[in-house]
Amino acid sequence: MKQHVSSTVNGEQMEFLCEPDETLLEALRDRLNLTGTKEGCGTGDCGACSVLLDGTLVCSCLVFAPEIEGRELTTVEGIASPEALHPVQRKLLEHAALQCGICTPGVVVAAKALLDANPNPSEEETRYWLAGNLCRCTGYDKIIRAVLDAAAEMRGAAP
Amino acid sequence: MSEAVDFRYIGTRPVRPDGLDKVTGRANFGADFTLPGMLHGRFLRSPHAHARILNIDLEAALAVPGVKAIVTGKDFPEVEPGDIQGGEGAGDYHDLAVNVMARDKVLYHGHAVAAVAATSVRAAEQAIRAIKVEYEVLPAVLDIDSAMAANAPLLHEQLYTEGLPEKPARPSNVAQVMESTRGDIEAGFAEADVIIERTYITPTVHQGYIEPHACVARWGQDEQSLIWCATQGSFDVRSMTARVLGLNVSRLKVIPSEIGGGFGGKTTIYLEPVAIMLSRRSGRPVKLVMTREEVFRASGPASASKIKLKIGARKDGSLTAMYAWLGYEAGAFKGSPMVPGVMCVFAPYDVPAFKAEGYDVLVNKPKVAAYRAPGAPQALFATESAMDELARELGMDPIELRLKNAVRDGSQAAYGPKFNSIGLEACLEAARAHPNYQRPLEPGQGRGVAVGFWFNVGMQSSAEIHVNEDGTATVIEGNPDIGGSRASMALMAAEELCIPYENVRVVVADTESAGFTNVTGGSRVTFATGMAVIEAARDIISQLKQRAAALWNVDEDMVDWVDGKVVPKPGINVEAEPMSLADMAAESAKTGGPLLGRASLNARGAGPAFSVNLCDVAVDPETGKVDVLSFTAIQDAGKAIHPSYVEGQMQGGAVQGIGWALNEEYVYNGDGVMENAGFLDYRIPVASDLPMIDTQILEVPNPGHPYGVRGVGETPIVAPLAAVANAVSAATGLRMTELPLSPPRIVAALEAAKG
Amino acid sequence: MAQVHLPQQLERLTGGDRVLELAVPDYRSLIAALEERYPGIRGAIEKDFAVVIDGDIINDPLLEPIPPEAEIHFLHRIGGG
Repeated sequence: MKQHVSSTVNGEQMEFLCEPDETLLEALRDRLNLTGTKEGCGTGDCGACSVLLDGTLVCSCLVFAPEIEGRELTTVEGIASPEALHPVQRKLLEHAALQCGICTPGVVVAAKALLDANPNPSEEETRYWLAGNLCRCTGYDKIIRAVLDAAAEMRGAAP
Repeated sequence: MSEAVDFRYIGTRPVRPDGLDKVTGRANFGADFTLPGMLHGRFLRSPHAHARILNIDLEAALAVPGVKAIVTGKDFPEVEPGDIQGGEGAGDYHDLAVNVMARDKVLYHGHAVAAVAATSVRAAEQAIRAIKVEYEVLPAVLDIDSAMAANAPLLHEQLYTEGLPEKPARPSNVAQVMESTRGDIEAGFAEADVIIERTYITPTVHQGYIEPHACVARWGQDEQSLIWCATQGSFDVRSMTARVLGLNVSRLKVIPSEIGGGFGGKTTIYLEPVAIMLSRRSGRPVKLVMTREEVFRASGPASASKIKLKIGARKDGSLTAMYAWLGYEAGAFKGSPMVPGVMCVFAPYDVPAFKAEGYDVLVNKPKVAAYRAPGAPQALFATESAMDELARELGMDPIELRLKNAVRDGSQAAYGPKFNSIGLEACLEAARAHPNYQRPLEPGQGRGVAVGFWFNVGMQSSAEIHVNEDGTATVIEGNPDIGGSRASMALMAAEELCIPYENVRVVVADTESAGFTNVTGGSRVTFATGMAVIEAARDIISQLKQRAAALWNVDEDMVDWVDGKVVPKPGINVEAEPMSLADMAAESAKTGGPLLGRASLNARGAGPAFSVNLCDVAVDPETGKVDVLSFTAIQDAGKAIHPSYVEGQMQGGAVQGIGWALNEEYVYNGDGVMENAGFLDYRIPVASDLPMIDTQILEVPNPGHPYGVRGVGETPIVAPLAAVANAVSAATGLRMTELPLSPPRIVAALEAAKG
Repeated sequence: MAQVHLPQQLERLTGGDRVLELAVPDYRSLIAALEERYPGIRGAIEKDFAVVIDGDIINDPLLEPIPPEAEIHFLHRIGGG
């Protein structure tokens, strides 16, 4: 029997029906049409499906959809404001830190979570925080630089 | 043809036109598309590496609620053999058809046996479990040696080795042999003071694109079908799918989605004909998406290789002879990149005598697909490891040794023609002068050097430029943007038309809206499709001159295009205001209608690209773990259109090569089952494994391109394998000849050395 | 005379000839001249080989002019990834 789930997604109250064993990733993509969250592996290894659940970074492929009942979810679609991109998004673009772009939504969400928790991460901290987000195109160099640059800008420091 | 000019936009680093879509989640990739009434499909795949299919019973599966169609090999037409022109190792149409859906035999674990379309993924999976298949299990061959053994079980009873003087008497698992020789190697080795001889092994590895293969297909009763898919070549999907299904290409429209990585692995097809067939049987659109496990087991990885290499040199370092025996695993169907391997194994060096012999070997593993400079990483892993060992034997600096033997302009390439305008020497000089080459090393650390090379290709491209009424422009082309190519196209159009970069939009169009264009691959998009964009822009400029001449009542050859404006040529006495593209666009209705430029070409003059990599590592003797301390990629790009994306290619290729060298391998059990079909156990490099990847772009202009561009996408993966292995060998004092250099292998080597 | 280097992989058709000199105006005449000498070579070349005329690799040649002193090679076509 399908379950009824009600939660706040990107600031908006949302309701949907889903199978009890359906993953949050499936529900986001197939029920709510939020396809910005990507599936790269379905086993929690690649980070392309990263979302924030009550502010905590999780792989949505490892969460059952009914688990978000009454909770707050942020996906990549909820990171930018209507007026402007989040600094992480803007810096990823300025640094050309994406090639194919499939890992980018996960990187955006994970990097935002990092900077929410730690406004001044070191390169090493950034590398370990993003170690769960596989990127096969960039070699990570430009991603790391972009996130550190975004952190500096958000702190109001010179890059 | 190369022009020394000051560029306005070429060489700048603007934000890519599709950037916003990709950082906000708006961009639609292969699996992001849905249609009303769409069904979901799943595959049944072979549990055996080699078996005959005796019977398939679908009765119980068809009874599962929600199941709308099931197809097996019997539902697909017989396809005649014929060479596919596409990415490397594209192979043969008959093989392609049988790879997409097995007929009488399964040839690898994971080979597709049946597919189901149902109203939900769950129903499709339930039906898959209900299909009963009776197999006669056959012995499997899983490596080059056992496949080439005299009494080896055969994958294909009708396969006879090609490339021999006579058709052999018996079929075999060797699909093709190839030999390439020059001079007298016996005499060459006799002249040598030092000879290095080793066997080098590399494992099966995967391109590891993060986006699994995905498509949606919709069949129509009028036989017109649509395919939405993630591919490196929409026209290739069209031709391959049409051939596999026996359709005319005009019946198929392929709409490429954004593509989440390919690296050569998305130059062929796996899902599309099956999706069409399921749609035809069910009358509904069908979506097929591979799981990650299926990507590993059933898409095309890169060849495992075994290469025996022998090189001889005099005391002064000059090479006297080289010999290579190269075996490449093709997987279940012919078409490994053995041929380019043979062609490039000696490419960086000027050697008076050589012999290379190559073998394309069938094994019961998935058919390999192209992977970035196909065949070259394996070949140059051997060559560059041996050169490193030779330098040590001779007590020479490894860069010095390479400079002594490097090919230069006018050198006769081992693969045939003379080189012209190449950057190997420049890369080696830059490496020698690089601060990272001078940094002192600590105990337990080692430094490796290696050279990379790739041919690069041209092939066919089309482009159109539509000028809008305000003088802005739209570029229409057919290469899926896999790494920022829209930005490069916009830069080239802006440069030619002298309009701001921001005023150019680039559309990657479908097979009915763009002119025919070959794959996004072969390092050809910026080079060849870029050339088409430049020519399309020049087509517009020539029309501007014609229209201005008419307006000014002068001959067309009296009009020039200078600084973005049509002007009368010096000395032409006419009252005329210079006019920009915007000026002309505003008046276009009165001067002949909309401005539309176009070009189609079969690009030639793709100059080869050389690179040199430096790698420093530290090896933990207790655990065998290798830490990459610094990595430097130096490469000749001809001309970098958007330097950030050139650096990105160099960095990404370097890290894929580091993964190939240190971690990545298909681990098979004795039955031919891959035991690590997931990203947890098939470990690609993660951010915390790596340092920054230092890059240095050199620009030795390619005379075959108007701006001097040469392809940059593939060469970066070639040198890292040997650069890393040479560094590990230096750090441990032990020559490492088998990849990956994973902790267990290093610990075992260190233990063995202790005795 | 153009210097034509025949593909080593087609020795079964060329009887071991590796280099020959031919005066031909264009690729079409070159391939016709080769076919006359080595029956079957046209098909074998069209199937697998690109031509290189003075260093310029051409995958699908036909009408390309051949300069009098040109150096001609045949290369297995490369596809790339």
